[in-house]
Amino acid sequence: MQASTLTKTKQNSWGGGTKPLDAGYGKLMMWFFIVSDALTFSGFLVSYGFSRFKNIDSWPIADEVFTHFPFLHGVDAPMYYVALMTFILIFSSVTMVLAVDAGHHNDKNRVAFYMLLTIIGGAIFVGSQAWEWKNFIKGEYGAVEIQNGQILQFYDLEEGKRIPIDEFAVSSTQARVTHDDNVGIWYQSESKLPEITLDEVMTGFNNDIDLTVRLETLDENGHKIILSREQAEIKLASATRVVKGANLIRNEYGNPLFADFFFFITGFHGFHVFSGVILNIIIFINVLLGTYEKRGHYDMVEKVGLYWHFVDLVWVFVFTFFYLV
Amino acid sequence: MADQNHKLAIFRGRLKFKSNVQKIWGVLIFLSIVTAIEVALGIIKPEILLNYFLGIKLINWLFIIMTIIKAYYITWDFMHVRDEKPFLKNTIVVPLLILIPFLLFILLYEGSYIFEVMFDGLKAWNFDIY
Repeated sequence: MQASTLTKTKQNSWGGGTKPLDAGYGKLMMWFFIVSDALTFSGFLVSYGFSRFKNIDSWPIADEVFTHFPFLHGVDAPMYYVALMTFILIFSSVTMVLAVDAGHHNDKNRVAFYMLLTIIGGAIFVGSQAWEWKNFIKGEYGAVEIQNGQILQFYDLEEGKRIPIDEFAVSSTQARVTHDDNVGIWYQSESKLPEITLDEVMTGFNNDIDLTVRLETLDENGHKIILSREQAEIKLASATRVVKGANLIRNEYGNPLFADFFFFITGFHGFHVFSGVILNIIIFINVLLGTYEKRGHYDMVEKVGLYWHFVDLVWVFVFTFFYLV
Repeated sequence: MADQNHKLAIFRGRLKFKSNVQKIWGVLIFLSIVTAIEVALGIIKPEILLNYFLGIKLINWLFIIMTIIKAYYITWDFMHVRDEKPFLKNTIVVPLLILIPFLLFILLYEGSYIFEVMFDGLKAWNFDIY
């Protein structure tokens, strides 16, 4: 019976009576969701590429932006931390496959153990990303924005390296207090004042003759152009504000689009990881309760597994295009 | 269930594993090696790889190729696409293979075109008063 069906349908797998895709409904729908989500993420990453190609001569250098490593203060460690994050996520992907494999053998305890490891890995990853965001928002060196919207970063000619603004700025005695709505007209208030004012930075700059600025623009070797002292003074005459750290409007690293895409893409990916952790926790509890043991198969573990691997897959691309390329 | 018929060979059959669990660890080692090479290249940045090829630096080509290799092994071995029927494989892969390069091509081409217009154009776009 079976042999005759096979020979008949060899010509036409879609003629009925066979399983041309050989996948359950849930798994198939998870795959279709993943395909559409992959297209969403490629849309985001490609638009990042569009903006980068549009500003190819002035894009921030990722090695100078992401330089932190936990417990190593002031050490220039580009990329090590994201590499570690990548490894953590790939490892949690591995524990997920091991959970799926244990599910195929109906081994409840091993499924639960590997699911737990996956959840821990995912949580560590989300925490690391939050820490990365914190460093990015806080900033490190600080910079000055000039009238045409460009960012000027300060550079010490004598030592041949960048210098943080709080190292040379001269603090003035005139302290202006933040205007809160409880001291004047109730609807007038302002956001937190910058810790260092433009005047303080400019006084410090004029006092130290070795200081100059770096432009956003890159030279042919991909380094930012360092101006001479005279050119720097001319540029700085149109300075409008001090920029420290990053937000959606401006950032000390250069083009505002860089921070916008960073927040949006890593944020969207982080949201995926977060929902993946929640889904994993739900499945983990179900495994512990024995829901799938009663059902006789662990297909649900396989479905969330697919989602979890997809999140890992997206991170591989985000890592390449934000940190390496 | 497809539990008894995992395809246990990677690298086009050159590397065979005894069990599915062993294959998973093998793929992990491979992915870690590729990531380590990526990070090492990103930190060292060898001079010779900084030359341009088709508008993109050689080192960036390497990064992109290694990323696609990693993506292949994640989908094929971790997501078990290797064990699926050809119809399902194609349903997943073909739309992405058509749409993503298309989107990539039009947007990156447009991006570099806009760069050239703003760079060489007759009108000033960067109103630097000094």
